[in-house]
Amino acid sequence: MWGDWQQLWSVISAPDNVPIVALLFLVPFYIWYAFRQARANDELIAKLEADPAAAKTAHRKTQPYERGWEREVHTWPYLMRIEFVAAILVTVLLMVWSLTLNAPLEEPSNPNVTMNPAKAPWYFLGLQEMLVYFDPWIAGVVMPSLIIVGLMVVPYIDENPLGNGYYTYKQRKFAIWAFLVGFVGLWVLMIVIGTFIRGPGWMWFWPTQTWDASRVEYAVNRNLDDALGFNGSWLVYLLPATWKPFSALISHAIFGIFPLTIYMIVSFYFLHWLANLTEFSRKIYRRMSLLQTVTMFLFLSLMLSLPIKILLRLVFRVKYVWETPWFSV
Amino acid sequence: MAEDNGGKKPTGLLNRVQGDAKGLKTYVAEKGKEQLEGLKDPEKTQLYRSIFRVKHDETPRNRALSVLSNVFFHLHPAKVNRDAVKYNFTWGMGGITFYLFVVLTFTGVLLMFYYHPSKVQAFRDILYLENDVPFGKLLRNMHRWAAHLMIIAVWLHMFRVFLTGSYKRPREFNWCIGVLLMVLTLLLSFTGYLLPDDQLGFWAVTVGTNMARATPLLGNEGPFGALFGMTPYNDVRFALLGGSIVDANALLRAYIWHCIAIPLIASIFMAVHFWRVRKDGGISGPAPVMLEAEIKEEKGPRPVIMRPSGMT
Repeated sequence: MWGDWQQLWSVISAPDNVPIVALLFLVPFYIWYAFRQARANDELIAKLEADPAAAKTAHRKTQPYERGWEREVHTWPYLMRIEFVAAILVTVLLMVWSLTLNAPLEEPSNPNVTMNPAKAPWYFLGLQEMLVYFDPWIAGVVMPSLIIVGLMVVPYIDENPLGNGYYTYKQRKFAIWAFLVGFVGLWVLMIVIGTFIRGPGWMWFWPTQTWDASRVEYAVNRNLDDALGFNGSWLVYLLPATWKPFSALISHAIFGIFPLTIYMIVSFYFLHWLANLTEFSRKIYRRMSLLQTVTMFLFLSLMLSLPIKILLRLVFRVKYVWETPWFSV
Repeated sequence: MAEDNGGKKPTGLLNRVQGDAKGLKTYVAEKGKEQLEGLKDPEKTQLYRSIFRVKHDETPRNRALSVLSNVFFHLHPAKVNRDAVKYNFTWGMGGITFYLFVVLTFTGVLLMFYYHPSKVQAFRDILYLENDVPFGKLLRNMHRWAAHLMIIAVWLHMFRVFLTGSYKRPREFNWCIGVLLMVLTLLLSFTGYLLPDDQLGFWAVTVGTNMARATPLLGNEGPFGALFGMTPYNDVRFALLGGSIVDANALLRAYIWHCIAIPLIASIFMAVHFWRVRKDGGISGPAPVMLEAEIKEEKGPRPVIMRPSGMT
């Protein structure tokens, strides 16, 4: 059922979805805004690096400068007037927003009537989307913890002393790409998918497709070992008689360790290769301690495993890579 | 004063009072005129000086003092980097986040006057707010949209801080405080979601807290949870909800977390965050660009255990 613009409008115009619609504009805008300044700084850096003699005396900012200008200005009034104006603008924006759009209020809570789709608040939709690809203990508990800890270790593993206090791209390519992949690709994009694409039953509906609650999705998800044809039948011949009924279980449990180990090795090597890609990145890489390297590789590997699992699920219909009686990945 | 009494001696109390009153009239008129003149310069009054202590004029000294001697303004340094006051470097997102926190506290306190965190009343209170309380609808709308806006502002603030590399030495620790503040912001918003006690909040919180069931070791459905003796009646989800389902206790807990506990914790972290901004050297930039050739070599040998390939 394509071309259902009414459906699209009802999703976009839902009052609680305004922030996500806003994010669709704000995030690209601020990326552009930051990169415009980064480019200006990078051009200045290139100029100064080409002429080391001039670099010693040059004004090292892209902001306008004239000899004799004070380096600093008084907070009162030069900063505070901006803060007051900002406060007024935000108040006006909130006023207009609050006068024109009402906060949603549904029926009184009723445990017997399930909302379909039952969606988390919009800022957690990225995590809810992850529930499609991972069990709740990963998507709901481990992943948020890893995001928080991962963000907190950033300053302690980033050994690049350049780009401290100014926008730049050329001096921090690795860090900026890592952050953009995480923030835009895995956080904002997942929220957008969770809001605009996921309909009843958390099924995938393209924009302008009708959200049909009675749609039945026929999908057989299997584990990676089944997909590859390992079913544990060979184990039957090796196990003692009492263990034989569990051969499939044991086969699942043993099999999953291998792809995960292989993935970690490959991704560590990939990151190692990436860190050695340019002369500059090699220099920074050399400054890092073993602990820093392992921490960074671990978090980045785990982050990169998300799109891989998403791909495995959406394209190859793989449910688990590693299934054990206690937990599954 | 007593000349006009026809040569007679002042007679009696009445005349004396009349005379004094006359004298007082001139005295009050003169003194009053003089003091009214003084009011034209209110900055010299005792009242003004007791409040502001500093003259409001354009001398550098007083401009600095007006910031330093005011409890609300002294979060700021007296002077800031001239390029940092422009919008394009900071985007103002940290300040906007803080302002929105203030707006949310203000509207939130007003909402608390009309709200009972109980299953019987909560939803009715929202209906009452929406339909009968003067400006109640505006109040609730503002609280909700300000909350959404605050989350966006926090994310953009973090994005800016990352892209300008402002988390680097010496601001590493403050970045960590900031990450925790972001988490607290999300939790504030999430705990507020349940309070209207409508279907939207109920199911969002049900979905959200069901995840806690799956906590490794501490959730009854999580890996090794059962081995740890976890049941729906003693696991971490039970602790969050004050029960095994989202019900009256969950509503009360959400209310307390939302209105008291998290705002208090967030305020403490905010105090540390702002304090550290100052102590770590103020706004990080726009700093002069640094060149690759200027990277300082490490002081002393570092324990290099792993060497990247292609290095001697």
